[in-house]
Amino acid sequence: MTYRIQGETGSWEVVIGLEVHAQVISASKLFSGASTTFGAEPNTQVSLVDAALPGMLPVINGVCVEQAVRTGLALRAKINHRSIFARKNYFYADLPQGYQISQYEQPIVGEGKLVLDMPDGSSRTVGIERLHLEQDAGKSMHDQHPTRSLIDLNRAGVALMEIVSRPDMREPEEAGAYLRKLRSILRYIGTCDGNMEEGSMRCDVNVSVRPEGETELRTRCEVKNVNSVRFVMQAIEAEASRQVQVWESGAEVKQETRLFDPSKGETRSMRSKEHAHDYRYFPDPDLLPLEFDEDFVDRVRQSLPELPDDKKERFITDYGLTPYDASVLVVDRESADYFEAVAQGRDGKTAANWVINNLFGALAKAGHSVADSPVSAAALGKLLDLMASDVINGRIAKDVFDVMIGTGGDPEAIVEERGLRQVTDTGAIEAAIDAVIAANPGKADEVRGGKEKLLGWFVGQVMKATGGKANPGLVNDILKSRLLGG
Amino acid sequence: MESTSSLPADLTDLTLVQARSGLEQGTFSPTELVQAHLDRLEKADALNAFITKTPDLALAQAERAEKRLRDRTHGPLEGIPLGIKDLFCTEGVETTAASRILKGFIPPYESTVTDKLFQAGAVMLGKTNLDEFAMGSSNKTSAAGPCLNPWRRAGDDEALVPGGSSGGSASAVSARLVLGATGTDTGGSIRQPAAFCGIVGLKPTYGRCSRWGIVAFASSLDQAGPMTRTVHDAAVMLRAMAGHDPRDSTSAPVEVPNYEAALTGDIRGLRVGLPREYRPDGLDPEMAALWDKGAQMLRDAGAEVVEVSLPHTRYALATYYIVAPAEASSNLARYDGVRYGLRVEGASLDEMYCKTRAAGFGSEVRRRILIGTYALSAGYYDAYYLKAQRVRARIADDFRQAFRDVDVLLTPTTPTAAFGLNETIDDPITMYLNDVFTVPTSLAGLPGLSIPVGLSSKGLPIGLQLIGRHFDEETVLNAGLVLERAAAFTHRPAFLTDTGEA
Amino acid sequence: MALDKTTVANIAFLARLDVPQDQQEALAGELSGILTWIEQLGEVDTQDVAPMTCVADLALAWREDVITDGGYPARVLANAPEQLDGCYVVPKVVE
Repeated sequence: MTYRIQGETGSWEVVIGLEVHAQVISASKLFSGASTTFGAEPNTQVSLVDAALPGMLPVINGVCVEQAVRTGLALRAKINHRSIFARKNYFYADLPQGYQISQYEQPIVGEGKLVLDMPDGSSRTVGIERLHLEQDAGKSMHDQHPTRSLIDLNRAGVALMEIVSRPDMREPEEAGAYLRKLRSILRYIGTCDGNMEEGSMRCDVNVSVRPEGETELRTRCEVKNVNSVRFVMQAIEAEASRQVQVWESGAEVKQETRLFDPSKGETRSMRSKEHAHDYRYFPDPDLLPLEFDEDFVDRVRQSLPELPDDKKERFITDYGLTPYDASVLVVDRESADYFEAVAQGRDGKTAANWVINNLFGALAKAGHSVADSPVSAAALGKLLDLMASDVINGRIAKDVFDVMIGTGGDPEAIVEERGLRQVTDTGAIEAAIDAVIAANPGKADEVRGGKEKLLGWFVGQVMKATGGKANPGLVNDILKSRLLGG
Repeated sequence: MESTSSLPADLTDLTLVQARSGLEQGTFSPTELVQAHLDRLEKADALNAFITKTPDLALAQAERAEKRLRDRTHGPLEGIPLGIKDLFCTEGVETTAASRILKGFIPPYESTVTDKLFQAGAVMLGKTNLDEFAMGSSNKTSAAGPCLNPWRRAGDDEALVPGGSSGGSASAVSARLVLGATGTDTGGSIRQPAAFCGIVGLKPTYGRCSRWGIVAFASSLDQAGPMTRTVHDAAVMLRAMAGHDPRDSTSAPVEVPNYEAALTGDIRGLRVGLPREYRPDGLDPEMAALWDKGAQMLRDAGAEVVEVSLPHTRYALATYYIVAPAEASSNLARYDGVRYGLRVEGASLDEMYCKTRAAGFGSEVRRRILIGTYALSAGYYDAYYLKAQRVRARIADDFRQAFRDVDVLLTPTTPTAAFGLNETIDDPITMYLNDVFTVPTSLAGLPGLSIPVGLSSKGLPIGLQLIGRHFDEETVLNAGLVLERAAAFTHRPAFLTDTGEA
Repeated sequence: MALDKTTVANIAFLARLDVPQDQQEALAGELSGILTWIEQLGEVDTQDVAPMTCVADLALAWREDVITDGGYPARVLANAPEQLDGCYVVPKVVE
């Protein structure tokens, strides 16, 4: 199913590229020894270098280099052994140097790719154009004073990875999947916490539209700083519709920077960016080329954990999962590890079912994450064992699970305490069946007369009579022989 | 030379090395030495060599020096009064870069070089005048007003420029206000004023001295160095200033040699190159003659003098006047009225920026910012900046080739002697020509030393420049010592005579 | 290269320098002169020459990732022309 915008003149295709700014996880800043922690008092995490006092010079943080390489490897990208830091020159209140140290012509990471896991279980590949390291700016606060803006430089100089996709996406859903997958990878490898609310992952969206069938790209607009996956998808829809209207009115879309207003569901031109930009990039003469050898890259490669795509493949092969279930389970490491602990030595599909359908649902309802789940993987495994060995049936297992979520209790103990063991004593089941048949002679006759669908109703009645503890298989078998003489 | 038996009566007439001996031997105290210089400083306001004087700090430092000398815990520059170019950030002492835009700026930090000097025991008498942001060759672009050269032409009272940008440092050293001073050199800013004021000035190899805490002009060219009255003094001072600094990524992690030990005075077998391109048709015959004389002095001392070629020399100035302004346009973007320095209010952020920067920067700085901005702008980057950086590579390669054949190069430092303060040079390019012999060395990052070798027919000092291989300041200094001894430059500036110091 | 007044005005804005209208013409002439002089660089054959961005033949040294700096807002703000609540202050910016 392809996403199209139906305009008055016909059907339009949307072309989407994303630029993600991911804050690098490091203790200190990219070029200074000041802390990177979020939420400190204004200007307390600012060094003289960050405040760009005269004569201050940048010195690169090795861990930030390592993090960029790690991310590049996780994106299956080309790692450039030599890259150049360049100055991007522009004036802004929260840019103390009057330039941002970034990378321009020779980034640390070149082309790579990202595999999207779509909700229908299919996969698509989006090209990564590049990844480069750069400094974050400070924070301008415009709402604290009627005529002044306040500037806090705590964030100024924190390392960012700018990850630029190719314009390979064609629908908002793909952009959403791209962001979720990228976030998943960054969290796996520990290079960015992916927290869009706190701004440690920010997204600029490049959108253009073209009539279906046209092969040239038309002018794109950049929608800046969209801060959630949902808003990114909404912003694309809004911006694409706007552009279709512009083209269809006979006007031209002009290249510009826009902002998305979630409350109005529309994008608007950014006034502060209305002047033509000329960033005058040139190699930063305060820094030398950034260089490392293949040994360094190898060391980083060896420190990488199993990545989501590999894990997904393995889950499909080793545990017989569907691609969809596997992609849901590998979204974050905690879930994947949890699943594996449950599935170890058990039926993988059953384990996946329980983790995805029961555990995730219950955790979401209780506002817990997998990491602080009241039901440990071992306990859930035990519950599955109780089912597999016919100690309890599936229906009782769900009840036991609900108790476990509430109390964190051990499944065996819960079963024993509450007397939930499955009844497999044929005599007891036969007695219950006979009682139900005796109480419902008319219905029994209907079954005997060929209305076999009613058999299910009898099973339900028997289960009810046994407090759900009867083995449903046995109940079914005995009922059949009693009523159908099989 | 080390002997203190023939001390001049006036402590300000000592060389740095002589003063060091006197202090160590207790012939006089740091306070006496510092006070003698402060007294001279008080009488030298006419030179305008200092933007800020720090007599109280100097006396406090002298007191500390006395104690350290007494305790024998003193450093190699203990108690030595110095001038510090007002481009070095000095903790708690106003640092202006001779610009209105930094008026009132009190750095909460000490530059690496001044910190090292103070660790070594040096005493700061104040911050010396310079061209605004070190952009100039006359010291006339200073917001603090021009500094004057202590020298006068024979029989002529016209005020002369000390050169620039380290004009205040050169003037102060020449006028015996300090025993030495720091300078910075981007395209000749140590060597040209040293030549104009008849003193020794050394621009070390790029990366030898840390740039941390020095107000940046052009990052790939800026380098700090000593300005003194003798080669030996320069060797002592450089050793204290130099060294790897992890806070400056372009600072070289190389050992600092004992430069004094390199001063053997023996240059037998040294191969000296005279670049033929430094003798253009229009070269002042006096300058040419002095250059020949310098070459002969080295030959007499046993050196082998040969002609070499640096074919791209004529393109160095144009290269420099793209590279330096381009870097400066970016380096000076931080002066925006937000975090320090001047602010001129405006209705919007951009208006505040534009007004602040227009009011804060002088015309030469504005001109260079505009040229640099243009050279980096879209559509012109390749034609100007990138082209200049490619030519720069050619110029550096010229030197590399030459140094396969010779150990050191000898050239004039400047095309002319000091010019008059009121000689108006309307054309910036004519002004830039002052740097024609010093700029190529800067572009290549090589060490260059200027030594006063003689007087012009009008009685003004003329300097010759020795250029060495990367990190080979030792050879440069040793050859400089030979020139210094042979030239026996004992002439004294008119200012000393005028103020009654014979 | 002859710069016109408009180019000078654009460059001046990029550099955030007020240049009064009545000075733009003269400045355009001056800058054009310098740029024309610089165009002599075109005579140099620079084919296959890599641009020289740094003199130092060094490897970029990496810092350890430890917090060694910051924590002194008063020092950072000491020279600020205007401050409020521990922040720098500028004319209000409309985004």
